[in-house]
This record gives sequence, C-alpha cells and structure tokens, in this order.
Amino acid sequence: MLEIRFHGRGGQGTVLASISLARAFFDAGWEVQTFPNFGVERRGAPVEAYLRIDHARIRLRSGVYTPDHVVVMDAKLTATVEVTRGLKPGGWVLVNRPGPPERIALPQYRLAWVDATAIALSQRLGTATHPIINTAMMGALARTLGMPEMIHIESAIRREVPAKKEENVAAARIAFQQVQFRPVEEA
Amino acid sequence: MRQVLEGSHAISEAARLARVQVVSGYPITPQTHIIEALSQHCADGTLAARFIPVESEHSAMSAVIGAAATGVRAFTATSSHGLALMHEMLHWAAAARLPIVMGEVNRALGPGWNIWMDQSDSLAQRDTGWIQLYCEDAQDALDTTLIGFRLAEAVNLPVMVIIDAFYISHTYEPVDVPEQAAVDRFLPPPNPRFRLDPADPKSLYPMVGPPAFMEMRRSLQDAMEVAEAALAQAAAAFKTEFGRSCPPIEADGCEDAEIVLVTTGSITSTARLVVEDLRARGERVGLCKLKLFRPFPAEGIRRVLGRAPRVAVIDRNVSFGVGGIFAQEIRSALCSLERRPPVFSYIVGLGGRDVPPETIAEIYRSTREAAAPDPESRWVGLNPELMGAAAR
Repeated sequence: MLEIRFHGRGGQGTVLASISLARAFFDAGWEVQTFPNFGVERRGAPVEAYLRIDHARIRLRSGVYTPDHVVVMDAKLTATVEVTRGLKPGGWVLVNRPGPPERIALPQYRLAWVDATAIALSQRLGTATHPIINTAMMGALARTLGMPEMIHIESAIRREVPAKKEENVAAARIAFQQVQFRPVEEA
Repeated sequence: MRQVLEGSHAISEAARLARVQVVSGYPITPQTHIIEALSQHCADGTLAARFIPVESEHSAMSAVIGAAATGVRAFTATSSHGLALMHEMLHWAAAARLPIVMGEVNRALGPGWNIWMDQSDSLAQRDTGWIQLYCEDAQDALDTTLIGFRLAEAVNLPVMVIIDAFYISHTYEPVDVPEQAAVDRFLPPPNPRFRLDPADPKSLYPMVGPPAFMEMRRSLQDAMEVAEAALAQAAAAFKTEFGRSCPPIEADGCEDAEIVLVTTGSITSTARLVVEDLRARGERVGLCKLKLFRPFPAEGIRRVLGRAPRVAVIDRNVSFGVGGIFAQEIRSALCSLERRPPVFSYIVGLGGRDVPPETIAEIYRSTREAAAPDPESRWVGLNPELMGAAAR
C-alpha cells in the first residue's frame, strides 16, 4: 500500500485533487481510499488530505501517520507546517515552487518542484491572487511517481473539474513536462 | 458498476435507487452531504421526489412521518444534536409503525463541542422502537440502506442506517452501485396496509387509553421480534440479486478462537487487518461484526460467542455510570447460558479519537494477559496528563 499526504490551504482544491487522483488511480486498476483531515475547513487555513492506493481492497480505516510521499500545494506552508512529519525515508516531497524548496534540505527525501502557480496563471485558472493550482499538481505528481498514466489524469480532470476543463488538462500536461527533481543525496 | 464514491453518497445513491418519494432534512456536519445530494437529485430531476426543506430536525422527522402516513417511501438523514432534537418524533414514527428509513452519521454531542465520530447519539435512541443497523464501510452503507427499505416495509418499523462520522461519511472509496432495474426487482413500490388518503377519509393515531395501550405496545415488540428474521430474509434476497452478504451478525473464525473481538462500524474494517496479522503469528483470534443492534440479536450472539473462552467488546460509546453499551447488551444476552464466557469491555475512540491497528492489537493482548475482566469498562489510551488536569 502507498500513502500520500497533501498539504494545502482551504480553497486551493487540495481535497478535490486527492479525490480526482483517487479516481485516476482507480481507473488505472488500483484500489483507492481518500479522505480529508477531519476538521472544520476555513478558507486560507492549512488543510490536509490523504490518499491510499493498493492492489488489494483497503481495510485500514485510521489516520495516515507515515506517508510514502507528500505533496505541498503552497510552499509557504513549509514555514508553519512540518510537511515531512512521519514521511518515510526515500519518499518524494513535491512542492509548488519555482525552484527547489530551501526549508526541506533533509537528505533522506527526494525533492520535486514545479511552478504550478505560474502554470495555472498561464491557463487563466482562478485569479491572480487565488490561482487554481490543483490540476497542475496532479500532472506533476503523475510524472514524479511514474503513475498513473496521464490518460487517466486527463480523464479524471475532465469529469471532476466543473469549468475550463481543457485549460485544466493543459495545466496538468505542462506541469508533467516542467516538474524538476533532486534525487536522494549520497551520505 | 464500481465507482469511487464518498460514504455519504453511497447512502444518497441507495435512496435515489430506492425511488424515495419524499425527502426532508436539515443540514448538520457530518451528515449534510447525504441530504445535499438528494436535494440536488430532486432539483435536477434525476429523482422524482418531493424535497421538503425545513427549519429543524424535529420538523424533518415530522415531515417524513406525514409523508409515510400517506403510504409513500420517505427518507431523511441526520446526526448528533440533530438526532437528539428528533427524539420525540422518533417515538412517534415507530409507534405509528411507519417504514421510514433514516441515514444517521454517528457524531458526539457537546459540550465539549465536537463534530467527530462517536456512537453516543444513535445509542441514546435505542429505546425508541427504531431498528438500528451499523455499517462498516461505504459499500456496506449502500447495501444496508437498500436492505433497510425492504426490511422497514416488511415489518412496518422505521430503520436507522448508521455510519461513522468522517471514517465513512467523508471517505471516498470504490463502491459497486447496482443497476436501477436490479434495485427495482429487489424493492418493488411500497404497498402499505393503511394510509391516509383524502379519497377515503380515515383517522390514524387516535388517543389510546389504558384498556388498549399495552396491546399496542406489545404489537410493536412483536414486530421487533420478527425483525431479525425479516432482516435475514431481506439479506438473502439481496444476496440473490446482488451477490453480496449483509448478515445481522458476521462471525469470522469464532468457532476455534481463544479470544473473539466484537466490533461495530468502521473499527470492524481495521480489526480485520489486525486479526489477519495475529493469525499469521499463530494467535487464535475471531472477529464478530455486529450490524444489527435493535432488535438485539441475542440468540445469534449466544450462538457465535457462547463457546468462546474470552470475548473482548470494543465500544466507541459510553453509558455514564455503566460503561460500554455493546458490552452490557452482550453480557445480558450471554447471562442465561450455563457457562458464560468472560466479557472484557473496552472503550475507545470517543469524539473522533483515532483507533489505529495498534489500539486493537493492544486490546487483544490485554484480554489475553488479564486474569479476568475488570469490573468496569477499560478506557484505552487516556492521556494521564489531561486526566490529572481534569482532577484538579
């Protein structure tokens, strides 16, 4: 089983990204389970969502404490939220950021970054102050993990996203191309 | 077809497929998604039902009582304080013998203000005459809702279909959603014996004095007594149509177990993993999933647990001054046996506290190692620092 934790802010579409990814993985033949952090959501407040994927039916129904990978929708969150909390060594930290994240210098993690904000703005998704970056992050994650195939990401976006479907698909494709990586550093 | 659905929507989809004719409800976290989806179905015409918006849960129950009295299939859903506010009308719905189905999302009651998982809300309604069915996951919630309509209409009693706050209500997972034609075969239109009809005026629910009231109540008890068999019949018909089982009690490896864990709700799902892991290490552990709580399936409990050397009941609820409610009911079902298994009672996960596999494994170990059950329910995972603060 793989567990992925998403960090975002209320209103960024973090929960929707996790649900759309669950549906994309399900279309690709995986068993899936996704849920938000069980709290009271407020716009701008830190939110978390969790995604489990497995080849067998998922029975586990408790919190995610030791994720395999984390996705950070807003790089500023790393100042106040410990986004690597419980993250397994070797796990990916995918961050929405123009360059490699400075605060996460921990050598035991693999880093990936993509400027999802710029991509969203280029596709006129959301507004200049509140760009909708979740579909770009879906494309970036698909490239980072090597799954699911983009055809499933695109199909999930077309079903889940209420407006600007093709612009959202384009954002996912651009992010898939532009995401950059730093492997685990040699000790 | 299997699709990824939120647990709340597994229930609303079942209500839609059941072709409910009247829906009423009032929003409350974590139930809102059920009623929201059904109001959308009513608005966009994907469900030919009348949606009655109301100003409180008391009115929501009153509205579906009125609707069901006219013989239509009626549905509502609520949670926590909303269920508590319905309390008076819950008695009415059951005593009026109306086959209403209600989705109930288990949530704590305040204070302290808490929107999270806790069975205290539904269990506080155990004496109202409602059938209570607890669900393990989203598939179980959809299946149980469909079976609930058939059961309610078979015995003329209201049915509460109960899911865990967030662990089921807000969790998305694959659910097999049946075809409308198959649901129509399983659930033909309601055919009530009595109904209010302006073309054939009659009065229902008159004053009933001492000469007849006991008989009226006895007939409700009689209906409860046949409800377990009616559930088994509905579940058998469901299995024929859809291929999935939905028994009142599910026993897994209980015959030769040294310890049987008894669970309800989503804890059952996690407990399956723990039991699998313990067995792989040579432990003889069984799992008893309790779906039906009212009527209490005492005979089935005696059959499944009667010969177990030890029984450990996991309660996500408490009756203050007594302890875990399921443990109490199970002890009472077993007390007529000549050789009674010792029943260990554990309270976990109140107000949404997480119940990971480690907690269930700890309960197993503690049951194995104890000489005898504590006289009181054991509360698992209390924080001693906070307890110290409370004592001050």
